[in-house]
Amino acid sequence: MLNYVLRRVAVAIPTILLLVVISFVLMYAAPGGPFNSERPLPAQVMANIEARYGLDQPYWKQMANYVWNVVVHFDFGPSFQYRDRTVNDVIAQGFPVTLTYGFWSFIVALVVGVALGVAAAIRHNSWLDYLAVGISIGAQVLPNFVMAPILVLVFTLWLGWLPGGGWQGGQIEYIILPVIALSTSYMASIARITRSSMLEVLNAGFIRTARAKGLPTRRIIWKHAMKPTMLPVLSYLGPAFVGMITGSVIIDVFFSTGGIGQFFVNSAFNRDYSVIMGITILVGVLTVTFNLVVDLLYAWIDPKIRY
Amino acid sequence: MTLKTRLLAGAALIAMAGAAHAESHAMMEHPETGEKLAADQSFTYRVLDEFPSIDPNLIEDVEGSAIGRQLFEGLMNQDEKGDVVPGVATGYEVSEDGLTYTFTLRDDAKWSNGEPVTANDFVYSWQRAADPATASEYQWYMGLMKITNVDEVIAGDMEPSELGVKAIDDHTLEVTLSQRLPYFPQMVTHTTTFPVPKATIEEHGDAWAQPGNMVSNGAYVLEDRVPQEYITLKKNPEYWDAENVIIEEVKALIINDENQALTRYLAGEFDQTDVPAGQFPRLAEEHPTEAISVPNLCTYYYNLNVSESGPEALKDPKVREALYLAIDRDVIVENVVAGGQKPAYTLTHWATAGFEVPSVEAAQMSQQERNERAKELFAEAGYGEGGESLSFDLLYNTSESHKQVATAIGQMWKQTLGVDISMANMEWQTFLEERHNKNYEIARAGWCADYNEASSFLDIMDTNSSYNDSGFNNADYDGLLAEAKTAEDPLPLYTQAEEILTQEFPILPIYHYATVFMMDDTIKGYPLENAQDNWYAKDLYRVAEE
Repeated sequence: MLNYVLRRVAVAIPTILLLVVISFVLMYAAPGGPFNSERPLPAQVMANIEARYGLDQPYWKQMANYVWNVVVHFDFGPSFQYRDRTVNDVIAQGFPVTLTYGFWSFIVALVVGVALGVAAAIRHNSWLDYLAVGISIGAQVLPNFVMAPILVLVFTLWLGWLPGGGWQGGQIEYIILPVIALSTSYMASIARITRSSMLEVLNAGFIRTARAKGLPTRRIIWKHAMKPTMLPVLSYLGPAFVGMITGSVIIDVFFSTGGIGQFFVNSAFNRDYSVIMGITILVGVLTVTFNLVVDLLYAWIDPKIRY
Repeated sequence: MTLKTRLLAGAALIAMAGAAHAESHAMMEHPETGEKLAADQSFTYRVLDEFPSIDPNLIEDVEGSAIGRQLFEGLMNQDEKGDVVPGVATGYEVSEDGLTYTFTLRDDAKWSNGEPVTANDFVYSWQRAADPATASEYQWYMGLMKITNVDEVIAGDMEPSELGVKAIDDHTLEVTLSQRLPYFPQMVTHTTTFPVPKATIEEHGDAWAQPGNMVSNGAYVLEDRVPQEYITLKKNPEYWDAENVIIEEVKALIINDENQALTRYLAGEFDQTDVPAGQFPRLAEEHPTEAISVPNLCTYYYNLNVSESGPEALKDPKVREALYLAIDRDVIVENVVAGGQKPAYTLTHWATAGFEVPSVEAAQMSQQERNERAKELFAEAGYGEGGESLSFDLLYNTSESHKQVATAIGQMWKQTLGVDISMANMEWQTFLEERHNKNYEIARAGWCADYNEASSFLDIMDTNSSYNDSGFNNADYDGLLAEAKTAEDPLPLYTQAEEILTQEFPILPIYHYATVFMMDDTIKGYPLENAQDNWYAKDLYRVAEE
């Protein structure tokens, strides 16, 4: 087990490095630069700025310096766009926000999604099944960029119950709408996967045996069917969790949460190289980590899997 | 009394004091107008995006400048019409040759830490702004001010201390220029020229502009700032004119999506937000006291690529004029952008100070006459009906409203001239690069004045201007602008320059911008006649609702 984890970590390092190199190349291949604007700067002014940020160095040297600073000093450099802050500041400020609403979205999506999926599978082809499937299809076809304005229209403008945006350090009333908007489509996917997986498991031989033994249905579902049902759900949850906690630009834009998703997208438009790199690495490391966590959870759920 | 109850008692006392304070405002009337003031003297507005910086020397955007104007005060301010009024300086004298400006600073101006604001603070700030080590994008603005030695300082050939600005004494600042600049006093209302606190910057370095560190000399101080969420400013009790400042708190909320912002504005969450393109007529009807349209010193136009790389047909002035005439600008301003913009037949915005829009012939004609003339010109050039058919690529940066304008104009050209237009949009940075490299045929452009003077528009078409993406090259035009720089009365020269543009048509002006926004009708004192939209929260106040 430990051996396996170490091996995976050893593979993760070159993966991340490759990610850095590819991002770097793509970034510099894109036209424009962080200090290009509608009003082109005089050559001398541009030269001064590039010198200050080391952009006058050859690309390989910029990349080497960057990697060195990240690895040795854990310093992701200054933001080129937000001159008052560093990339570390941007991440330190934005990541806790997305982590908070992402975590709660994950919980909501998981609990509601699994409940819907299981209910639909147990009462297969009943009104409950149709209702659950209806809800999850509805949630799936309402993307969050449609959900977000509708939620604000209803809960802020018409009912006046909840603020239409802001974060205020993560007070509960500011979290509710982002969580609903972000979790619905994940919830729908989880419900669908759970339902089909549960249906398959319920038809398996060992469930028939359990029924034949005369076990109560509740016990069959919870004790025997639940674990194998969760296997395909689990492989979906790893990337979904990373997707949620690293934020959604839609959520950040519509609800002005100050989360990291917005910085990520803006940095691409602004060619804010250091912020692009910083957040790419963050997302990369999280993805690798949670894929590993999921693989380890597999072994816990399914003893047949050995490492 | 336990610690907790004592704290609670303390909080209650503070709350009571606050209530008493609010009470005093509720009783108050505006000292000049006599209007009854609201108890809540706060102003909250929406901005599109996070401020790249709020350090005056580094500020590079319009919204950041607005924050800079509340936190800091420069030598001069602008009044509600955009005219120059005293700020930290009570006035200035100009030498005979127009090259030396001597500003007298008021002796009661203070930093928020109680220290006096002196001429040395300005010297420090201006040297810092021009210093290559500061790497401010607005070094270009310092260059524009033509301060003696500024180009050499920016190039690193001279020390910042050799810049032509010095403190004669604590309250006298002397600036020497390398050439006459009649609008120089206007230029010192810009944030780049505001004083910055040397001691604070030396103590905190780059972090000096963070809440808790920042020391400022304006009517407000920085209270709190959460990137991509909000920034809060509180009234500065040390400000020299604090007793006349009514608004206690200024808050800018960062909301990227303008429709979302509008919904939240309508829900009463804040006091001001922009109106999304095309929605002004509806909002003006539903909320007549809140929907506001004011001129904004920017011009929307299309670049025609007249350089070597441009299409052959565009090298013919007749074709360019035909394209110019066949745009029905009234349709664009009334039905497409629909926010109080005005049709533009010439480059310089109509509201520019000291400028009169030249009466060009095309502006006097009806659209039908313009279309007839356009067809004639097109036929003379050998195109259109009976001639060669033409097609152009029209490039714009990705945006719904640019797309609408481009679609409408493409249709007009198609109908009147039979020209086929293929539209292409590009993401901003790519668009800028393609246009700058002249890899286009026709491209959208917009220009906003840096200062309220016609040259701020006309200079962009100078042969050597870095924004002259048309590749226009006209020695007469350049000569007129050079002459205007030192002329007693530059207006006739500007008119001639505009006339050259309407003979050569390197660009097709389309409309002069207006800013359209919603503002709560209890907020008063907003400078609606200031064409640069330079507002000062110290001049605003909120009246009690009836």
